[in-house]
Amino acid sequence: MNAPDNDALDRMAALQGMGDSRLRKEDARFIQGKGNYVDDMKLPGMLHMDIVRSPFAHARIKSIDKSEALKVPGVIAVLTADDLKPLKLHWMPTLAGDVAAVLADQKVHFQMQEVAVVIAEDRYAAADGVEAVIVDYEELPVVMDPYAALLPDAPVLREDLAGKTSGAHGPREHHNHIFTWDAGDKAAADAAFAAAPVVVKQHLHYPRVHPCPLETCGCVASFDPVRGELTTYITSQAPHVVRTVVSLLSGIPESKVRIVSPDIGGGFGNKVGIYPGYVCAIVSSIVLGKPVKWVEDRIENISSTAFARDYHMDGEIAATTDGKITGLRVNVVADHGAFDACADPTKFPAGLFHICSGSYDIPAAHASVKGVYTNKAPGGVSYRCSFRVTEAVYLVERMVDCLAQKLGMDKAEIRAKNFIRKEQFPYTSAFGFEYDSGDYQTALDKVLDACDYKALRAEQAATRADPDSPTLMGIGLVSFTEVVGAGPSKVCDILGVGMFDSCEIRVHPTGSAIARMGTISTGQAHATTYAQIIATELGIPSEIIQVEEGDTSTAPYGLGTYGSRSTPVAGAAIALAARKIHAKARKIAAHLLEVGENDLDWEIDRFSVKGDPARHKSMKDICWAAYNNVPAGLEMGLEAVHYYDPPNFTYPFGIYLCVVDIDRGTGETKVRRFYALDDCGTRINPMVIEGQIHGGLTEGYAVAMGQQMPFDAQGNLLGNTLMDYFLPTFVETPHWETDHTVTPSPHHPIGAKGVAESPHVGSIPTFTSAVVDAFAHLGVTHMTMPHSAYRVWQQLVASGVAL
Amino acid sequence: MPKKLISVKVNGRTHEEAVEPRTLLVHFLREKLNLTGAHIGCETSHCGACTVDIDGQSVKACTHLAVQCDGSEVMTVEGLASLSGKAGVLHAVQEGFYKEHGLQCGFCTPGMLMRAYRFLHENPSPSEDEIRHGMAGNLCRCTGYQNIVKAVQYAAAKLQQDQKVAA
Repeated sequence: MNAPDNDALDRMAALQGMGDSRLRKEDARFIQGKGNYVDDMKLPGMLHMDIVRSPFAHARIKSIDKSEALKVPGVIAVLTADDLKPLKLHWMPTLAGDVAAVLADQKVHFQMQEVAVVIAEDRYAAADGVEAVIVDYEELPVVMDPYAALLPDAPVLREDLAGKTSGAHGPREHHNHIFTWDAGDKAAADAAFAAAPVVVKQHLHYPRVHPCPLETCGCVASFDPVRGELTTYITSQAPHVVRTVVSLLSGIPESKVRIVSPDIGGGFGNKVGIYPGYVCAIVSSIVLGKPVKWVEDRIENISSTAFARDYHMDGEIAATTDGKITGLRVNVVADHGAFDACADPTKFPAGLFHICSGSYDIPAAHASVKGVYTNKAPGGVSYRCSFRVTEAVYLVERMVDCLAQKLGMDKAEIRAKNFIRKEQFPYTSAFGFEYDSGDYQTALDKVLDACDYKALRAEQAATRADPDSPTLMGIGLVSFTEVVGAGPSKVCDILGVGMFDSCEIRVHPTGSAIARMGTISTGQAHATTYAQIIATELGIPSEIIQVEEGDTSTAPYGLGTYGSRSTPVAGAAIALAARKIHAKARKIAAHLLEVGENDLDWEIDRFSVKGDPARHKSMKDICWAAYNNVPAGLEMGLEAVHYYDPPNFTYPFGIYLCVVDIDRGTGETKVRRFYALDDCGTRINPMVIEGQIHGGLTEGYAVAMGQQMPFDAQGNLLGNTLMDYFLPTFVETPHWETDHTVTPSPHHPIGAKGVAESPHVGSIPTFTSAVVDAFAHLGVTHMTMPHSAYRVWQQLVASGVAL
Repeated sequence: MPKKLISVKVNGRTHEEAVEPRTLLVHFLREKLNLTGAHIGCETSHCGACTVDIDGQSVKACTHLAVQCDGSEVMTVEGLASLSGKAGVLHAVQEGFYKEHGLQCGFCTPGMLMRAYRFLHENPSPSEDEIRHGMAGNLCRCTGYQNIVKAVQYAAAKLQQDQKVAA
């Protein structure tokens, strides 16, 4: 084909297709206060629900007295587990194959657990009612430490599981043990360690944190007793899965359950699960025949909805004396809290943690994860990451740093030495993942050049040599690989439903289109970027392509948005649905131009006759013809549906470099520079990608530098408001520099890999790497997150360098 | 609970309403007046998603009582666009957030816009550092703030240019 002329360039620009930094279609309503979030919903006759919660982490409920609460003006009903029992709804199944109490049944298992609900005419009356419910508790011994939970004489936490020697993921070896899950080849790994001249061990604790989206969780449940139909507006990242679960729990046919995720104020994994509040609001609406709204407050959100991480990891890495890694072993004790309510694909109770061999060609590896019950809230979700990938990347990046330190090697050098090389892709790891594509060395070189790594190291040496320097300088470097886009249904399902995703496209006679998706945006700009894929595939301007998602009555079934799966899975469904339409459009074009299908060229927005481009039909012409003039034997209309079952995961990667200056007087860490190079394959909207990276880096900064959920020995959560739980402000948040390389995924229809979670996954170990690096010359090999000023100051004192 | 009659001017329109003395301003705006732009993110004055403008000051409506606004003028995000005086024309801060990709999930956005609006009255030509400190009472979980800083810079430049044209 000739170089595109000006006309072609204009037509291409008019599409605002893939690669265009198109401004967001969503913004108009949000900047005018016209978003439509769950708490904005107001239905006629709507009642409000509030929750009575346990002040104790472990206690027997001796009695619940509702009588005073029922006298409170405006209070309509109070429900406890005993009220839900006849409906068999006092317990519910979790996504991890366990059960969780909807309302505490005889016993509470964590502080702030749901004990009773009050339904009232307004939210103030409901809150008054909550105050008036009297619950008599008998305190029980509390188990907060997962290692202590596994001691032979530890208190029995889950009396409901008495006698159950196996769970959803195999045998249980102790009353507080949930599962033990192994990946890799233990014998091969043990042999590699036995033969290795260098072995480095490190214990790493990844603290319990909370995703804390700015909007808390809530719903408005509305049951129509005449029609027998239930509609629920809900803060869910997976509305179709919610519909299936609600149908299974309630017995209402799935066709009469409508779940709507409207605008969602951030998710980050917190809005994947099904919470007791949702179930109670739905039950209340069914019982009372009126709409019931429940929206939790911030303390309830942090205290009782899904947390992330809480992994206690023992890593070991084996190598040759010149730094070639020969083996990796890791044993994890995973604190799952009171109920196993992780949101992972069914077959993977530790998610995709076995991506922990990272970007490196490690011949032998083994991982073992032990899940344990404690008196903490349930959860274990993926906080802005694919399932447990953040933990995995943290492990391998810390271990590689520790090895480099032991061998006296540079961080960049040891990484380059062990990278999976470009020509090794597709590469099968020791854990069995087939990495699709990558070019780690090119990305590393680009970052080291951009930041003048050699000069940074020289400056650091000079700072270290100066005893009067007021700061310690640290350089963090990480080369991470993620595994996202869950996933192939042969290995990935949730509650038995394969983790495909879907798209339905309808092209209208006048040439505009609507696409309906199984995913749901929580801020990722789907309405903008999905339209760009269709624009490029079909030659229809993205401006006149509507994208709808989140309403189970209109959207095709999909598994939702989490684990960076929207672009890898649903993005592929869009492209392939569009290609079905494109194939039909070609037939119509051939018919209109009276030539064979193979005699046509496709260019931007039109089919033209080969060798005679003046004879052409634009997509707009074809859209009209699809409704009145199609070739004999072809159906009218221009629509397609595609359910995409990915053949593999995708493997985005990146190289991050961070420079910190630590104040020797206060322990405060100043991030001088943070350079993030991401490779997410084909880039759909560079502006949106950069925005996602900024956000992910900031959430990574929060986790590394300040977030944690501290508990006392009685199980009281000491940081459950935004006064105590660290969300970075404008002031602390560093300035971010972004860069990219493009290595498309060979198996994805448009080569895209997903991006929103990479910056979270990749930045956290980079911050730790930088902070520890500031102390590396003093023999420090690891410091536990979060790297708050107080903790870093303690290290300054311990290392004898505090001013 | 006995109610108290209050008179509040909201986005230029006077409302006389009987409210319980304990009613929070944010609930009054959202539930009585159906102005759902101001959001509730923390109930403790930390996140700023509920920020509105009262008598020329930024106020977090989640910890302010409706009765405290008796006789006051309140502006919410819904009133921002009408300031241009022209139908369909956005305020400079709204335009800035759109052009500079200053929002993602949109939940913090109304509060951010109202704070940016007031902040640019307080400091019409701020440095980046001044923006970061002047906006620090508003939290965002999505953007990492960098593009919000750009959005405020965009708005500052536009407002100054508009002023020059008017002069």
